[in-house]
Amino acid sequence: MAHLPILQVILPLLAAPLCLFLKRPKLVWLFACVVTALTFTISVLLVQQVTSTGAISYELGGWAPPWGIEYRIDALNAFVIMVVSGLSAVVLLAARTSLENELSSNRQTYFYALYLLSLTGMLGILATGDAFNVFVFLEISSLSAYALIAMGKDRRALWASYQYLIMGTIGATFILIGIGLMYQMTGTLNMQDLAERLPEVAQTRTVFVSFAFVVVGVCLKLALFPLHLWLPNAYAYAPSIVTAMLAATSTKVAIYLLIRFTFTVFGLSFSFTTLPLNILFLVLGLLGIFVASISAIYQQNVKHIFAYSSIAQVGYMIVGISAGTAAGLSASLMHIFNHALMKGALFLALAGVMYRLGNVQLKSFQGLGRQMPLTMAAIVVGGLSLIGVPLTVGFISKWYLVVAMIENGWWPVAILILFGSLLAIIYLWRVVEVAYFRAPNKDNESVKEAPLGILIPTWILVLANVYFGVDTRINVQIAQLAAENLFGIVP
Amino acid sequence: MNLSLETLLQLSIALPFFAVIAIVATGRKPNLREGVSIGTGLLLFYCVVKLYNGLKQGADIQVQWLEIIPGLGINFHIEPLGMLFALIASFLWIITTVYAIGYMRKHNEVKQTRFYSFFAIAISAVMGVAFAADLFTLFIFYEVLTLSTYPLVTHAGTDKAKAGGRVYLGILLSTSILFFLMAIISTWMVAGSLAFTAGGVFAGDVNLVLAGAILILFVFGIGKAAIMPFHRWLPAAMVAPTPVSALLHAVAVVKAGVFSIMKVCVFIFGLDLLAILPSTQFLLYLAGITVLLSSLIAMRQDNLKARLAYSTISQLGYITIGALLATSAGVIGGSMHIAMHAFGKITLFFCAGAILVTAGKSKISEMQGLGWQMPVTMIAFFIASLSIIGVPPGGGTWSKWFLLMGTMETQQWALMVILMISSLLNIAYLLPIPLRGFFPKDSIDRSAITVNEAPLPSLMALSLTTVACVVLFVYPQPLYELVQAILNTPGVTNGQ
Amino acid sequence: MLIGHYNYWVVVALMMLGFYIIIAHGNLIKKMVGLTIFQTSVFIFYISVAKVDGGSAPILAEGISQYSNPLPHVLILTAIVVGIATTALGLAIIVRINEAYDSIEEEFIQQQDNLS
Repeated sequence: MAHLPILQVILPLLAAPLCLFLKRPKLVWLFACVVTALTFTISVLLVQQVTSTGAISYELGGWAPPWGIEYRIDALNAFVIMVVSGLSAVVLLAARTSLENELSSNRQTYFYALYLLSLTGMLGILATGDAFNVFVFLEISSLSAYALIAMGKDRRALWASYQYLIMGTIGATFILIGIGLMYQMTGTLNMQDLAERLPEVAQTRTVFVSFAFVVVGVCLKLALFPLHLWLPNAYAYAPSIVTAMLAATSTKVAIYLLIRFTFTVFGLSFSFTTLPLNILFLVLGLLGIFVASISAIYQQNVKHIFAYSSIAQVGYMIVGISAGTAAGLSASLMHIFNHALMKGALFLALAGVMYRLGNVQLKSFQGLGRQMPLTMAAIVVGGLSLIGVPLTVGFISKWYLVVAMIENGWWPVAILILFGSLLAIIYLWRVVEVAYFRAPNKDNESVKEAPLGILIPTWILVLANVYFGVDTRINVQIAQLAAENLFGIVP
Repeated sequence: MNLSLETLLQLSIALPFFAVIAIVATGRKPNLREGVSIGTGLLLFYCVVKLYNGLKQGADIQVQWLEIIPGLGINFHIEPLGMLFALIASFLWIITTVYAIGYMRKHNEVKQTRFYSFFAIAISAVMGVAFAADLFTLFIFYEVLTLSTYPLVTHAGTDKAKAGGRVYLGILLSTSILFFLMAIISTWMVAGSLAFTAGGVFAGDVNLVLAGAILILFVFGIGKAAIMPFHRWLPAAMVAPTPVSALLHAVAVVKAGVFSIMKVCVFIFGLDLLAILPSTQFLLYLAGITVLLSSLIAMRQDNLKARLAYSTISQLGYITIGALLATSAGVIGGSMHIAMHAFGKITLFFCAGAILVTAGKSKISEMQGLGWQMPVTMIAFFIASLSIIGVPPGGGTWSKWFLLMGTMETQQWALMVILMISSLLNIAYLLPIPLRGFFPKDSIDRSAITVNEAPLPSLMALSLTTVACVVLFVYPQPLYELVQAILNTPGVTNGQ
Repeated sequence: MLIGHYNYWVVVALMMLGFYIIIAHGNLIKKMVGLTIFQTSVFIFYISVAKVDGGSAPILAEGISQYSNPLPHVLILTAIVVGIATTALGLAIIVRINEAYDSIEEEFIQQQDNLS
């Protein structure tokens, strides 16, 4: 029980090479599912522990911080860990069926090994309290992600993976530079210790530069406009399960990192008053919402549509952070949870379409409403959640985001956020109209509904969308708790 | 079986929703499936009537379903205005289902199971709107109504239906997300509560400019009330099959819109605050322009359904004016018009559908002399027109009377003139249809025409609603008492 | 300022060189080289920062009181390994790209993608 924080990360890490010993795809899949399910259980236990007793501090190898590496779990990362491990577990359930058509069976063991490594990396970033440890796990998750993306059937996956590799490594190296400069000025790598020591040296140019490097590096990873260029192709051409996992988790981890550095390490007053980060985030976030949503409207590949939609949703989260208040931050945290559910459901549904059709071009969707009713219904509900229709999880995020903006007095921003929903209606309705209003074309006439192996995990996430839109205790309360902790407000 | 009033309330919302399962299950057996629809309709009306009796005896019926956000959830509370809406909607659902059976079968429509299922979900949403205890619940069911009626509007599945559906959904969702939701969140933040309260929910010292801005957001945001310039969805939705146009766009969807406006005016702002807001006058003129302009546009329409659509926009403007006048006469007139217009318009749409299905005609210019072929239909059209115009023996006489009184009380002379001119225009665009139906311009050979009326279920339906129009004129007491009860809720008015 | 901080100038020069190579060259292998140079500049940055004036190598020995900081060296070892992994992965992807596109020039690859 006391070792939960490290188990959270070690479990998938050790399981990953074990996958290589299990040669048969079905066996590896089962093994990986068990591992991810256990990981999710640990994360739920951590959340329970943190909400009842407060932040957990775990020393690796018994070495006391700040000399040793510390894993520090508070409400913020417990929340995001739960989201990441939960989504990874559910998405993996669909992997066996989906990979049948997308990956040759002798490669599938590598797939699961890489999947678990990517999960390890993300959980490591989330759990650790040491800045350099962040870099190490960041690279672990990124490298496995590059390899996973390169496994896509289409040769453009290779090119997308290479581009992501170049841009992602530059981003990670920027973070490394930032960490190095921080270390130079304070002599420590432990986040809590940095938080104590940085204020004294905060007015030096070195610390400004350090902050800039870290923020730019992280923003590249979270695909903030205009550093988002790697995302659409990476999501579109990767194997469908990889897209579902990445869309639901990787940008969320980057946003967590941003919040952690901005609020905990550098501190609120430095980040928002000394440097005008809030204005920058507000503008870039809004631009991201509009440019990405408008780009989504003109795409021909449905995965591209939802990839651009993801960039827009990241914009919403950044706008929430830019408010600089606990209300705005909690709205962004809620959106992390909600968006993971939305995009997980949508991309799993697309995995079903990919399985049956072999491609996800918009013109192939003709008449799909009749041929694959359950899959299309899943896309409709997920889309309605994106728009923010009441009774879905997307509505909750929109509500809190608009409330946070109005509390700040930013009425025009509130209207712009609601306007972004309208753009979502347009690109969602393009898919709906093609699927329901046209007759199936010749190639699609014999298409059947997606197999149960993909349909069931899809609908688990779709129903979760609706359930958490009505019973909001988990997403709202934990998000608010986490935000208040970061602002030092005692509830 | 003695069910408590609270259970009946929940049943009235849940029943049509669960009927969907039965409808889908009996999809292969049309008679059974239609039986399910009618049976559910009868049960629903029974529940609503029981609730009405309970309300008349002074019961205070509230139900809290669940809390979604801390402080806000799905809550229901029955008050007279909601009761009025629920009674009309549930009664007319049964009649429309009967009408639809005749229409859909004669027209050989496809996908009837899907039709009846979404019909049921829509009625469930209407009940939710009618009984909502606060704006949050109202908004939820308002959006469910928009989404559940989309498949009904685009039922035909043609490119024209798709285009009509785009305008419909586009305008309704845009206004509700951009303006309505914004208004709701603003009210929540300014007033701290979204519950419908007698006398309004804003504090006495609320900033008038802010409240005025929120009022504008509400009126524009409730797109279902079809105030210009957000009225285009109504004519666009005419691409729907006639039973859909009849129920939803004469009764359920548009009435949900003006009902929401009435609720917001009386129970969120309160009549006293409404009277002194700077934006009320502007919105009154906007409603007045809507009334006048849409009547003028109606006159130029040759397609019968289009003419009726613009007539609906005009009549909705009346109800909005009634709400915004902020006097008891206005509220009474507007609320009564919700009922009168519902029965009148649904009859007109029924007749239009009957003509389309039996004679194959949709253009008014082709309906000369049609009265001799379809006498019952044309007479029904005539009587319903009288109700819309506001002359005896149509029930609309009373509602228009109170609305005129309202404008005179508040000395809104411009509006009074607009209302009177509009009534004249109503005569001009409605009466020629039945009159030319019986007395065509060119003489015709009457002996060659045989009576070929609408299918029997449709005929029964439209006759029933026509009779109701007349009954509402002769015996408006129960309606009047119900509407008075809105004003008698303590705190609503200061005795104006 | 110039002479005393010459290590930083080296770092900046290498960083910009690496960055420029990534952006300016279309050949995929050259991009990887640029990336490696970029990463190497960061390694040099860390290590040069670790040197303490008058400090000896961080190995415990009798009579020595001033040591250079060993921690950055450890960090950089990790980072070098990460860099190796990145380079290896990048080169592997380039091999596959070459098989799929018959070229390792960015323009050519993008042309082929635009055609299909």
